Amino acid sequence: MQTCINVVETLVPCLVQSGWNPGLAQFVSILLGVVLITMFPLVLVILLIWVERKVAARVQDRLGPNRVGPFGLLQNVADAVKLIIKEDITPAGADRLIYNAAPIVAMLSVILIWAVVPFSPVHIGVDLDIGVLYFTAVSSIGTLAIMMAGWASNNKYALLGAFRVVAQLVSYEVPFVLTLLVPVLLAGSMSMQDIVWAQLGMWFIVVAPVSAIIFYIANLAETGRAPFDLIEAESELVAGYNIEYSGMKFGLFMANEFIHAFTANLLFAVVFLGGWSGPGATQVPLLGFVYLMIKTAIVYIPSLILRATIPRVRIDQMMSFNWKFLVPVSIVNVLVMAALIKVVQLLGLTPPPDQATDLIANLPQAVVLLVGNIAIAAGVLAWLRNAGRRERMQSQSMVLEPEDEKALPATVGH
Amino acid sequence: MLELNPQTIAFFIFSVLTLGGALGVVISRNLIHGALYLIVSLFGGAGFFVLLSAPFLAAVQVLVYIGAIAILIIFAVMLTRSMTQMRELFNQQWWMSALVGVILFVLLAVGVIFPVWGANGSNPNVPVSDEVATTVDLGVALVDGNQYVLPFEVASLLLTAAMIGAIYIARDTEVSVDD
Amino acid sequence: MSVVNQWAFIGVFMAIAWIFPALPLVISWIFRPRRANAIKMQTYECGVETVGDTWVQFKVQYYIYGLIFLVFDVEIIFLFPWALAYRELDIFAFFAGFLFIFLLTDALIYAWKKNALEWA
Repeated sequence: MQTCINVVETLVPCLVQSGWNPGLAQFVSILLGVVLITMFPLVLVILLIWVERKVAARVQDRLGPNRVGPFGLLQNVADAVKLIIKEDITPAGADRLIYNAAPIVAMLSVILIWAVVPFSPVHIGVDLDIGVLYFTAVSSIGTLAIMMAGWASNNKYALLGAFRVVAQLVSYEVPFVLTLLVPVLLAGSMSMQDIVWAQLGMWFIVVAPVSAIIFYIANLAETGRAPFDLIEAESELVAGYNIEYSGMKFGLFMANEFIHAFTANLLFAVVFLGGWSGPGATQVPLLGFVYLMIKTAIVYIPSLILRATIPRVRIDQMMSFNWKFLVPVSIVNVLVMAALIKVVQLLGLTPPPDQATDLIANLPQAVVLLVGNIAIAAGVLAWLRNAGRRERMQSQSMVLEPEDEKALPATVGH
Repeated sequence: MLELNPQTIAFFIFSVLTLGGALGVVISRNLIHGALYLIVSLFGGAGFFVLLSAPFLAAVQVLVYIGAIAILIIFAVMLTRSMTQMRELFNQQWWMSALVGVILFVLLAVGVIFPVWGANGSNPNVPVSDEVATTVDLGVALVDGNQYVLPFEVASLLLTAAMIGAIYIARDTEVSVDD
Repeated sequence: MSVVNQWAFIGVFMAIAWIFPALPLVISWIFRPRRANAIKMQTYECGVETVGDTWVQFKVQYYIYGLIFLVFDVEIIFLFPWALAYRELDIFAFFAGFLFIFLLTDALIYAWKKNALEWA
């Protein structure tokens, strides 16, 4: 029996011993867990914005915030205070209730995800049996918040921006969820904690790199990060759905964007990089938490550099990329992975349950699946090359004909 | 008599959400408000699934109904001009929908009440079945040759047909208004 | 934790989590200045006053994407229980799943060939 399981579960016996009603003790402990988990991302966001600004500054050969506090760490606190005391304007003709509820719903959709994030072997809000589906379902509420914000603002830019964003988000949800099938296939469970346990022997990014890449790209699009940041699109939509928001409501949308980006990378680390797993993590749970944060940073910081480097894609390109590339590839990927898992199982290469955490026992299965993934990648590349060649041939023959007057694509679609 | 435990309280909260949302859908003049009320109502439905120990269906309810169908409804509303501001609560077909509503209500009421009057109707404490099905059981049942594999494939075919039909109709009556 | 307790946790989470984003709004409501006037409240535009109704008619393409997404969403939902039980199932299950996905891929190809995936 472990002496310290986690705060919530040790609290209940303590309180009951000191004469509390068991039901009340349970409720208080749940309440405490909820407050802890909710506070964490909200405090974290202050640090995240600092990291984001520093990285962006470095990419652009600047220093970034460096005046307020050590290394400029308190700059965001100052900014938060500024946002709080700013005048807040609700535009004329706005739908007040929906307008005010939208930033809260947006924030809620991201915070709710944290309920199922496994921080360590024992620290998790709640280990739902359907964890993967839970966070997919919850994050789909975010789409709704954007629609509410765009519609309630009574502004054409906002509505246009919201429509584009929603089209983007729902489209990229398809490859996002399709690739999530692969970890579920591999782990045989939808619980987040089980998925991490299944990766103790071998991380899923080794076993299923194609899924990991697709998931990463879909994640970038779901969180509206460059090159998929059409959510903001300053040059065309002057910020899109949140154009009419000011003061702290705007601040909430911005904070939400940062937390969402971090959360998405956190989920990537949990699902493909083994979450809290690492040497000694099962003995010292706190070490698992450190591992998880390091892994998240490893995938999060490249996304920041990407954001500062890559130009925005056009909306028609983005939709084509999703429906004509990501979705077919992820369908093929799921089918090939399912077939290979069955083959591995029939050949008896699956590690026996008692050696599931052993690296050596996992190797045969991993090698077969990895080879399968390389085959998928090679096939995709060959397909891309052929398609590219065909397109070049077509455009060569098109050059001879005079081009008819066409409106710029950026202004055609909305 | 009902005992007041957390589950009962949750049941009442979800009932209020479901019924209140449904009422809002019917009486709001603004179609977007109606769509948002519908979401509240569907969310209450998801809560009922959780209370019935069917969390998978609850997730499906949120993912498909709130995440997809509600969005689709809003798109559909925006597709039709000047439908966001309706002046009349009733149109000429109100008696038809009232008739359908009453018939549906009677059917549901009979369907819900009759099992209680039936085999173990006098004893509502007897559960219908002792088995608790998990999501894994659902997965096994869906592709088992002796169980539901045919409906499973037919569902796929149905979805395909729905998509082809929808694309055909939508492309055929293409609106070429460029705002 | 038992299953009921798990969902009690989610319930409490939903009941409480919205307070934290709402709190800054309330604090801001206390401290912020209130000097609204009609010109400030005007809808943002590119320099001129906004013309006509905001809630205009949108193009059908959004709806088509929404429909395709819906169909795929339902499909993937069906596949999750299949993936969950996959390791316990026989080879027949693979073909059942394969056929299921294959039929849906047909729909995607149809949409592609009919140019329903084209933006514009």
